[in-house]
Amino acid sequence: MHDFELHAPDSIHEAVEILAEHGGSTRVLAGGTALTTMVKQSLVRPDHIVSLHRVPGWSHVARLGPEINIGMLATHRAIETSPLIREHAPLLADTYAQVATVRIRSMATVGGGIAHGDPAQDPLPTLLALNARVRLLSATGERQVPVGDLFRDFFDTDIGPDELLIEVQVPAQPHDLEGVYLKFLPRSEDDYATVGVAALARVERGRFQEARVALGAVGPVPLRATAVEQALQGRKADAATVRKAAELVGDLVDPVDDARGSADYKRDMAVVFTRRALEQVAGIPR
Amino acid sequence: MTTEPRSVNVRLTVNGTPREAAVPVYRTLVDLLRYDLGLTGTKEACGVGVCGACTVVVNGNLTASCITLAFKADGATVETVEGMARDGELHPLQASFIEHGGFQCGACTPGQLVAAKALLDSNPEPTEDEVRRWMSGNLCRCTGYAQILDAIVKATAAREA
Ligand SMILES: Cc1cc2nc3c(=O)[nH]c(=O)nc-3n(C[C@H](O)[C@H](O)[C@H](O)COP(=O)(O)OP(=O)(O)OC[C@H]3O[C@@H](n4cnc5c(N)ncnc54)[C@H](O)[C@@H]3O)c2cc1C
Ligand code: FES
Ligand code: FES
Repeated sequence: MHDFELHAPDSIHEAVEILAEHGGSTRVLAGGTALTTMVKQSLVRPDHIVSLHRVPGWSHVARLGPEINIGMLATHRAIETSPLIREHAPLLADTYAQVATVRIRSMATVGGGIAHGDPAQDPLPTLLALNARVRLLSATGERQVPVGDLFRDFFDTDIGPDELLIEVQVPAQPHDLEGVYLKFLPRSEDDYATVGVAALARVERGRFQEARVALGAVGPVPLRATAVEQALQGRKADAATVRKAAELVGDLVDPVDDARGSADYKRDMAVVFTRRALEQVAGIPR
Repeated sequence: MTTEPRSVNVRLTVNGTPREAAVPVYRTLVDLLRYDLGLTGTKEACGVGVCGACTVVVNGNLTASCITLAFKADGATVETVEGMARDGELHPLQASFIEHGGFQCGACTPGQLVAAKALLDSNPEPTEDEVRRWMSGNLCRCTGYAQILDAIVKATAAREA
């Protein structure tokens, strides 16, 4: 592994000062599951590493009015096991519980998982569908960005080299908004998804009052399938409507061939799993 | 320009004993344990977090020591397979792995044991399904897993008895 200058700030403000000073050749290290692996394999060669292991706090999971605030350093495992998340955003708990293995979930942080920007990561479609936002701090100030506006390309986000993702704000999932995250795993339990689909729906008097769909592992960025949502809005919640709406996903996705499936196969599976997810949240028997 | 790698001092408590080492900044925790502290029970196999051979517990959390930089463990409490036996007496899981053939080549075994112990420490009576899910991150290319599952399930039964 190559040499780098290590910075271990004691606060987020100290951290962003270091980022401001060293900028582009600097990487933040949180759980380290992605960054350590990339540095080991020489995929990235930062001159400076700003490790957050001495920053106290910022692993909170707290409810603030209609929102849940999650500190950047909360682990995937903490989200999976938090009673507060289970109560107010059960889809989030179910989704984080499906990431990798308990060992990786015990290390990986919520902030690192978003900043990594791998479109195959499970939490991203769910955060998109829940309309989550992130707080980005730099030495010059703070801004808030919807998770839906954060991703630009594979492993490329709108987070500047001088910015620290400090918190995720997730609107609570109303109790009558059913949610599911389906992770298609044709190989093994601990794998990345071949496709991942998050869906939320509220059905009243047999019609979709609200429907949200987002997908991961089907292109350079996780995507919100608004065309599908519009095709469901106000329509009868039956198998035919869902089938027709799910077909639209085929034109939205842009998957790549890899060991988890060919692009064509993933496109087909994106349709199938969108349909299944919607059937499940709308209570339509298969 | 310096050619010497930058070094950090890491003080940690390993299996209850305070230890200290000065290591290059890029030293991984598994290498610190094996090469700086001589604790070779922990193995590195895949090196990228996938297989679980390098599993240790850091501050109570299951950790892949192959993708953990050693400096992060400064001030931490680390538990490895060497800490499982007490006063020459094997941990019930270790005894159960022997009794039920939970290993063949043994390369994955320290990781299997540390992961299984972490499960039982947090959930003393797991269902078979909970054992399967928890252990899904510890790969074994020899046993076919049935014996490992058997050894863990029987160790919980033995503890209750
Ligand atoms: C073996 C293995 C299997 C995996 N399987 C899955 C899977 O099935 N599903 C899935 O969703 N994911 C999976 N992952 C990916 C995993 O979820 C990510 O590696 C993890 O979420 C990254 O979080 P971290 O805290 O470890 O980040 P780090 O590795 O510390 O950082 C990741 C990136 O984010 C940046 N960063 C970190 N924190 C911040 C911050 N606060 N502000 C700004 N930038 C920051 C870093 O500079 C780096 O570029 C797997 C990873 C491994 C190693
Ligand atoms: S060697 Fe660390 S997980 Fe495989
Ligand atoms: S006993 Fe050989 S890898 Fe598990």
